[in-house]
Amino acid sequence: MTAYVLRRLLLMLPVAFLVTVGVFMLIHLSPGDPALIILGEDRSPQAIAQIHQELGLDKPLYVQYGIWLGHIVHGDWGRSITTHQPVAVAITERLPATIELGLTALLWSLLVAIPLGTIAAVRRGSVADSVATGITVAGVSIPNFFIGIVLIFVLSVTLRLFPFGGYVPFLTDPLESLRHVALPAIALGTAGAAINMRFTRSSMIEVLNHDYIRTARAKGASWRRVVFVHALKNALIPVVTIVGLQIGGIIEGAVVTETVFTWPGVGRLAVESIFNRDYTVVQGIVLLAAFSYMVANLLVDLAYAWLDPRISYA
Amino acid sequence: MSNAPAIVAAQEPVRRTPIALLDLIRTHRRVTFAFALVAVLFLIALVSPVISPHDPLAVRPDDSYLPPLTPGHVLGTDELGRDLLSRVLWGARVSLPVAFVAVAVGLFAGGLIGLVSGYAGGVADLLLMRFVDALLAFPGLILAIAVVAALGPGLRNAMIAIGIVAVPVYARLVRAVVLQLKQMEFIVATRALGATPLRLVLRHLIPNLLNPIIVQVSLSAGFAILAEATLSFLGLGAQLPTPDWGQMINAGASFLTNDPWLAIVPGAAISITVYSFNLLGDSLRDALDPRLRS
Repeated sequence: MTAYVLRRLLLMLPVAFLVTVGVFMLIHLSPGDPALIILGEDRSPQAIAQIHQELGLDKPLYVQYGIWLGHIVHGDWGRSITTHQPVAVAITERLPATIELGLTALLWSLLVAIPLGTIAAVRRGSVADSVATGITVAGVSIPNFFIGIVLIFVLSVTLRLFPFGGYVPFLTDPLESLRHVALPAIALGTAGAAINMRFTRSSMIEVLNHDYIRTARAKGASWRRVVFVHALKNALIPVVTIVGLQIGGIIEGAVVTETVFTWPGVGRLAVESIFNRDYTVVQGIVLLAAFSYMVANLLVDLAYAWLDPRISYA
Repeated sequence: MSNAPAIVAAQEPVRRTPIALLDLIRTHRRVTFAFALVAVLFLIALVSPVISPHDPLAVRPDDSYLPPLTPGHVLGTDELGRDLLSRVLWGARVSLPVAFVAVAVGLFAGGLIGLVSGYAGGVADLLLMRFVDALLAFPGLILAIAVVAALGPGLRNAMIAIGIVAVPVYARLVRAVVLQLKQMEFIVATRALGATPLRLVLRHLIPNLLNPIIVQVSLSAGFAILAEATLSFLGLGAQLPTPDWGQMINAGASFLTNDPWLAIVPGAAISITVYSFNLLGDSLRDALDPRLRS
């Protein structure tokens, strides 16, 4: 297992290097002088020269990359072009709202997916199974921003059951926080629910065909006990890995949902920054999103190898 | 998750043509239904200039906010008095080509990488796959947004961005299938008979790649339409006054209280389109994968 962990970490190094190159090149792919992009309106020759010197723009590209990477590693992610706030601070301030939304969406997706996926698997081929499969395809086909808009229209504007927009931190007022996060979390978590339901169903079908399930039934265990005690635990292993990847992809999902619900998180900051051509902030968010995704991938692989030792020797 | 190796294993090696897809469309009810849905969408995109009751860009302030089922405007009109049905029909002409150019970009670039990587192996495989891994390290939408942020908003750049997101999917798929095919006897025999690498690739590998690729293209098209709508909704894709579904939802969201249909109609159009492509990909995969046939 240790050898596998080391091998997996070593494999991650070149990928991490290429990811940082990609994020660094983001500003250089944009047409024009990066200094002009960073400066925005203030384009005095002195300011341009200062940016050139600070970022080493007069140096070869690989030297510029080295300087930039050095800053990133030391926690200096640059300053926002529009607010002049340190990028790391801007992201950290918005991160709790995004994490709260992402985790609530994940919880919602699991609350829907596991029972429905289990029912679909146990009653394979029935009407319930067909309905669940239909919901699965529909769930990944409806854009989450459209789900959000429909939810706002029905539950917020028409029925006035939930507030529209606004963020209340969970620790400040848990109940009010849940009322505010409910609609964005449902919008964000529906696609995940569809995917998790599909995995639960197929995994459950596979597990229910195993010999130990037949043995448990032969020994007199009730069908309910076999499904919920013997089968479900093993069937959820692949689902856990998918959930791990979904945690890594929280920022991705949040981009659109936070825009629809004016949720003050990292996703909305990303969209605002693109419109303001605030490339340093965009770079920071893309880097964070990529690294959280990579780390989630790594942890999922390691969890899988831990659960199934055959993978380590492959 | 791709079932490409299973799909390849299920088919007999072919020399010129893939499994007759027309047979699948005829014999599998789900495939037939999904294919019919997709065909109708293409037909709408093709004939929308003829069947649209109005010019989708024609502004008529006197006719603004007409509700659905108003005579002359079946789905009503928007804030500028533009006919919603005409705009939704023309929207298909924006979304479908964007999706297909994006898928073509991903298929061509990713397919080439996968083919070279799988066929050549060694250092080329190692380097190309690290590049693919790096692309995969970015969540899809974040990568698309980053590319659009760098190149600037607009439909053309959205197409490129979505295409880049699709590259690693095709690279991995094609590489996996090529690696499997390389071990098959008919490829070993063809090579032993002295076939040139180019002939081997063009005459023997590519025809056997077609089935898993067709499945992936259907699924990628669904993703591409969704991604294009998302970018346009965020204001990073199609720009005004293009009748684009994502952009129409964005505009309609401002009038949700009194005129919800302005957002709901284009939203339904996107959902039906993506559903059709996902259903086609799903049903084709099920039909071609022996493990799922029972």
